[in-house]
Amino acid sequence: MSDTTTEEELETVDMWVSGTEEPEPRDWGIASTDEGAQKMHLIESESRMREQTGTVVHDDFVHEEGSEDERMLLNMGPQHPSTHGVLRLQIELDGEIVRRTRPIIGYLHTGMEKTAEVLTFHQGPTNVTRMDYLAPFHNELCFSLAVERLLGIEVPERAQVMRILLTELNRISSHLVAMATNGLDIGAVSMMIYGFREREQILAFFEKTTGLRMNHNFIRPGGLAADLPPGWRQDVREILDTLPGRIAEYDDLLRNNPIWLERTKGVGVISADECRAYAITGPTLRAAGVPWDLRRAFPYSGIETYEFDVPVGENGDVYDRYRLRIEEILQSMKIVEQAMERMPKGDYRIDDRKITPPPRARIDESMEALIHHFKIFTEGFTVPAGETYVAVESPRGELGCYLVSEGGGKPWRMHTRAPSFANLQALPIMMADSLVADTVATIASLDPVMGDVDR
Amino acid sequence: MTDDKPTAGAGAAPEGVTSGDDTGAGTDNASAASVAGPALHPGDDLDGNPKAATAEEVAPRAVPDNEILRGLAEAFEEAEWTISAGQDVVRVPAEQFAEFGLAAREAGFEVCVDVTAVDWYRKRRTRFDVVANLLSHQHVLRLRVVTAVGGDEPTVPSLTPIWPGAGFAEREAYDMFGIVFDGHPDLTRILMPDDWVGFPLRKDFAVGSVPVQFKDSHKVT
Repeated sequence: MSDTTTEEELETVDMWVSGTEEPEPRDWGIASTDEGAQKMHLIESESRMREQTGTVVHDDFVHEEGSEDERMLLNMGPQHPSTHGVLRLQIELDGEIVRRTRPIIGYLHTGMEKTAEVLTFHQGPTNVTRMDYLAPFHNELCFSLAVERLLGIEVPERAQVMRILLTELNRISSHLVAMATNGLDIGAVSMMIYGFREREQILAFFEKTTGLRMNHNFIRPGGLAADLPPGWRQDVREILDTLPGRIAEYDDLLRNNPIWLERTKGVGVISADECRAYAITGPTLRAAGVPWDLRRAFPYSGIETYEFDVPVGENGDVYDRYRLRIEEILQSMKIVEQAMERMPKGDYRIDDRKITPPPRARIDESMEALIHHFKIFTEGFTVPAGETYVAVESPRGELGCYLVSEGGGKPWRMHTRAPSFANLQALPIMMADSLVADTVATIASLDPVMGDVDR
Repeated sequence: MTDDKPTAGAGAAPEGVTSGDDTGAGTDNASAASVAGPALHPGDDLDGNPKAATAEEVAPRAVPDNEILRGLAEAFEEAEWTISAGQDVVRVPAEQFAEFGLAAREAGFEVCVDVTAVDWYRKRRTRFDVVANLLSHQHVLRLRVVTAVGGDEPTVPSLTPIWPGAGFAEREAYDMFGIVFDGHPDLTRILMPDDWVGFPLRKDFAVGSVPVQFKDSHKVT
């Protein structure tokens, strides 16, 4: 629909119905957003927007007798190793070309938003940390920031810097897994081993700090659960010293690898406008050329005082997303470095006995402290009635927490805006009219975490 | 499934689920009941203290401060603008939900980040709030659009024709709350199984009442 659309048409426009019925030949690998089998609806813009022909691909798709229709339905997952969990895709194939895709999710749904309503605000982080299990600190941070905003409190300086340190290290480890699995899916198996090796170093530091490799429950409303362990500077320094050389190695391994380039360049393309329309955030959005980062747009925990760049891609393909993650790792290392340098002395949580428990030593001496401790761990603390939405930039995009309190000790409603959940909507767009062999590369570059999708 | 409407099996709310709904005929006055939200059972906190003061600085404003929002406010006179914990929130009547969305997109809100719902069961006269989070990249601005709906089959116009990215989120809200988004191209369950009865995130859907298969398995054979 290259001509302009009037407002009336926009409202009545028949969504999801365009294109792929009449496949047109395409130049593989060349700016596939320019001309495709799909037509643009919806937004008046220079660049074209693709939509899928009806998201509905039927299980019971049957050919009519004697028709020359050669489409077939391929069911991929939920037990497919390269779907990164339990993602199921119904793919409609025309020969080797993917026409339509329907992501089917919910296989990992555990009702965490319902669970959140029976947990106190103090217990909340232990629930949300299990959502995006590759970026648990971001989940905890997002929830804690929402609770703190309703409480109207500000955490101490040290707690803020610690939060930045941990979340940015977490971003590095998460991106390392994304690159590792991306490599594995395309056949660069050594990339998988390297990625997990470096991640292990960061997880070892997390384990030393929080006691757990994942699901930390460390960032809590009011601050953090504990202080950094002795010798943390040395650990972080080691990570920062090791990584740059290793990342140069990966780049050598992949960027100079013709097979890798063949399989990633021009594959899984999505344009900036498509990203906006489908609420795609994070590296996928930035790889499409939009310099949008919540750390810049809506800063949290004092991230605006750190120096870092927001890398942006050009083509929005698998290769750009891979490059972008490498750049983001380097930028996150810059932030970690600054956080380490400026780490102020002081409390790691707010000194308010109604919100955070007293120090362990005080409990033996003070009746007051014992009471406060008991109250917080049995019934939690109350949060004034209100509602708020807080978002942080997780490694996958905008991770939001919509929190509604009724003035009690438990949330009335806790909703997580999961980046992987929204980003999955990009799959039908990215995969339309591409080769079926590119499917795994595309999924991997999107880096969905099914715990985050299904919650 | 090319029908826009949900199938009867998935869409029909079971009798028991909605029977406790306080939304009676005649009380469903969205604009009056929604903002103040008269609590039918004002709850004291666990200590028995009176209810804590609201952090939500609900100061109804005739006109929002921001220029872009002011343009929207002029176009929609029935919308009520508030600031909740420092964020712009607008309440619109349910029938204007999509209309407002279209105007908002033209005003620069290119992204609909999220659509969700809140169940005010026995707290408010109009049972559900449908909440859409809008984001503008060009103006670096957020706006939360809230609308109140009640009834046995709460229905609001869908935002998916305006932002296709709202599609998954609206399916989730339908799946969890039974909110029907009129005009959604594929309103089916997304997280729960297709044959699930009831809407899990409603307040009258009990936690842990699902029979587990292995409990009865010894009786079989």
